[in-house]
Amino acid sequence: MTISSGSVSIALCGSGGAGVMTAANMLVDAAAQAGYYALFSRSSGPQIRGGEAAALLRLSAEPITSVDDTFQILLAIDWLNVVRFAAELPLNADSLILADPTAGEVPEILSRSGARIVELPMKDLAQSIPGGRPNMIALGVVAALTGLGVEPVVEMLGKSLKKKHADAFEASLAAVRHGAETGLTLDAPCRQLPPALPRHGGRWTISGNHAAGLGAIRGGIRFCAAYPITPATESLEYLSAALPKIGGVFVQAEDELASINMCIGASFGGDASITATAGPGLALMTEGLGLAVSSETPVVVLDVQRGGPSTGIPTKSEQSDLNIAIYGLHGDAPHLVLAPQSIGDCLFTTQWAVHLAEAMQAPCIVLSDQSLGQSRAVIDPAPASPFFANRETARTPAEGETFKRYALTNTGVSPMPVPGTPGCQYTADGLEHAESGTPSSQASDHSRQLDKRLRKLVLHDYGPDWATIEGEGEIAVITWGSCTGAAREAVIRARADGVKARLIAPRLLYPTLPEQMARALDGVRKILVVEQSHLGQFNRYLRGEYDLPARPDVLSRPGPLPIRPGEIHARLLAMGK
Amino acid sequence: MNAPTYSAKDFRSDVKPVWCPGCGDYGVLTSIAKAFADLNLAPHQTSVVSGIGCSSRIPAYTNTYGFHSIHGRALAVGAGLKLARPDLTVLVAGGDGDGFSIGGNHFIHACRRNVDMTYVVMDNRVYGMTKGQPSPTTEADWDASAMAPPGGTGVTPFHPLAIALAAGANFIARAFSGDINGTAALIAEAIRYPGFSFVAVMSPCITFREEQRDWKSVIRQSGFPATTDPAQAARRLMTDDGFNMGVLYRGGRDSFAKPRSTQCSIADLDSEFAV
Repeated sequence: MTISSGSVSIALCGSGGAGVMTAANMLVDAAAQAGYYALFSRSSGPQIRGGEAAALLRLSAEPITSVDDTFQILLAIDWLNVVRFAAELPLNADSLILADPTAGEVPEILSRSGARIVELPMKDLAQSIPGGRPNMIALGVVAALTGLGVEPVVEMLGKSLKKKHADAFEASLAAVRHGAETGLTLDAPCRQLPPALPRHGGRWTISGNHAAGLGAIRGGIRFCAAYPITPATESLEYLSAALPKIGGVFVQAEDELASINMCIGASFGGDASITATAGPGLALMTEGLGLAVSSETPVVVLDVQRGGPSTGIPTKSEQSDLNIAIYGLHGDAPHLVLAPQSIGDCLFTTQWAVHLAEAMQAPCIVLSDQSLGQSRAVIDPAPASPFFANRETARTPAEGETFKRYALTNTGVSPMPVPGTPGCQYTADGLEHAESGTPSSQASDHSRQLDKRLRKLVLHDYGPDWATIEGEGEIAVITWGSCTGAAREAVIRARADGVKARLIAPRLLYPTLPEQMARALDGVRKILVVEQSHLGQFNRYLRGEYDLPARPDVLSRPGPLPIRPGEIHARLLAMGK
Repeated sequence: MNAPTYSAKDFRSDVKPVWCPGCGDYGVLTSIAKAFADLNLAPHQTSVVSGIGCSSRIPAYTNTYGFHSIHGRALAVGAGLKLARPDLTVLVAGGDGDGFSIGGNHFIHACRRNVDMTYVVMDNRVYGMTKGQPSPTTEADWDASAMAPPGGTGVTPFHPLAIALAAGANFIARAFSGDINGTAALIAEAIRYPGFSFVAVMSPCITFREEQRDWKSVIRQSGFPATTDPAQAARRLMTDDGFNMGVLYRGGRDSFAKPRSTQCSIADLDSEFAV
């Protein structure tokens, strides 16, 4: 069974105040209680509050790391401005459109999909319940139609509302039950959720931004300075609350220039440090990242990518910061670039980033994106990982010895003292320097220090986590970041159709690992590159950095429309002919 | 107070400065080292952070934990360091271009944030390292520069002390690099004073602003004692000719600091996400 036939995707639409986000959150919580996995993202405009909005859900008995090709249910309390994001609501003839008749005609852009349109008078139904609201009717209808059933919703309401808001609980309960009863009477055939599988251990519900924050803390981050920016802000809100609880420090800086430099100062002082931002902030941070490279000060930058360039589309996802993350620093400035591949992986990858940055005394950029950062998933709890900040520190030199901060060691890593250590005083510098740290413009010092700073990255053993490599076959799908889930699902579907393909998704984007990639590509004759950028940045990177056995086919598109498994699947079938 | 363990010399490195002979910054370097020694600090518990420019070269000339960072960003690096390591003495140093032009925003926010550190600006009203362009504190009519039009830029100079006061700096003083002991005493008081302390040091650039050689004959000790009243400090600045040395203002704001204590375990953080 592939995941798509065992999942149900639901879009809930309504203007601000209609409560579709509340209903969607409750549906996710109820499904999680019942043992299902879930993925919940939201599409909204630039309004601070209100405006058009859609809650986009996928429920399944199996873990979910991708959106599906279409929605089985589109439920609309109203149609306000839905046209603005109708392209994000793919439907087909098997889909259901449940619409309140008082909201007017179903927009043609949606009805032309051939979806079955079913009138659902949510506002009227809600009026028959004292305190009842249309969104709770909707919640009951969807629970009934998908086979989730009303009981998990009732149980969830009891936990979340009963104690604090007894009136709201009674009203919501009645509305949900009324909705569920109505749902069962509708002539609205819908794909059903399979029974939930037995659960081993608990589950988590977490967003990518929160997962990255927790991963940072697990890795040993104890300092964060940052400037608010969409869509990274939730990670900062999380860290601002969590860091003080574990003895860490959070500071809101005046801008991203200050953010990165405060982090560099704190890291110089001995604290593993992180900042989080999006493309415009990363652009400002590039001068600071160069300083971190030159002064060999570890720091992690979480970049939650959004549509660019410039202000672009702040609330929508895109994978277009790859170039600036890898190539955006002036001078020859080798550093680390990682990318998480799912919401849950935001935790592991950020934790690993802390470890790598600290081990190599180098900046590490983590390329998350809006679709990971601001979506919430029900996942298996993140397992413990062995990657912690473990900086090689310097001790007071013996009598007669002189400490050299930038000593030319074999590994390229030279011990970094914690200020306060007697006898290890040095000046960290963005100027090129001799081994002692003293500024130097000599050719020999420049080439030796450049070699040292590259050597430490190249010689590090990154282990098997450098990439996700799954499946086998002469066709390889090479992708990265948030596209990995869709590519995985496509590979599974293609296999069911008799087309063998393998998935290669580097988690470590920089430095490149030519030998490991050559092994991953062994036997590959055709390549499909999948990415969410207009210029095909990842394809250019792959062709520039790696020896590929074939010129790749490319499936590359800018945001905000996600790349869906079916598109990749279709390309794989064509390549497999 | 115990006898000092370290002398001013212990705070100096053996790196030879890039400064021109006669540069005012030599005096400031001597004053900083003297202030550290007078305060009975230890070199390894002291940090000097800077940006870019002639005066920003200063960390390498000290025997402290130095950080010669990037143009304009010294205060951010210093704030991060002090917040992470409140046990260290953090002194940020630089010039007028570094602090008031490219770093102007950080200067304002450092004043208002009030982290307990000392900011020493060696103001010579010119960009020396790039060979003599007008800076934010350059007189509007100064035109002895290849980059300034005849008659000068016509742009009103930045008033660092007034801006520091308006932005909330907790300690504001003016010093002259030629008065090594006086400058050392002001820096020492600034370090001792809680919160963000700003010491504007008139430090002549005799290469590009030769007329600044005359500063030594026009500077004077301020006739007023320091005030704790920002309104009075502001009035004094309105009538100030720029040559009054000493402490202008001592504020009463608490330092911005982040207490560091562990209240929960990481497992507790994990549990927030459990279904």
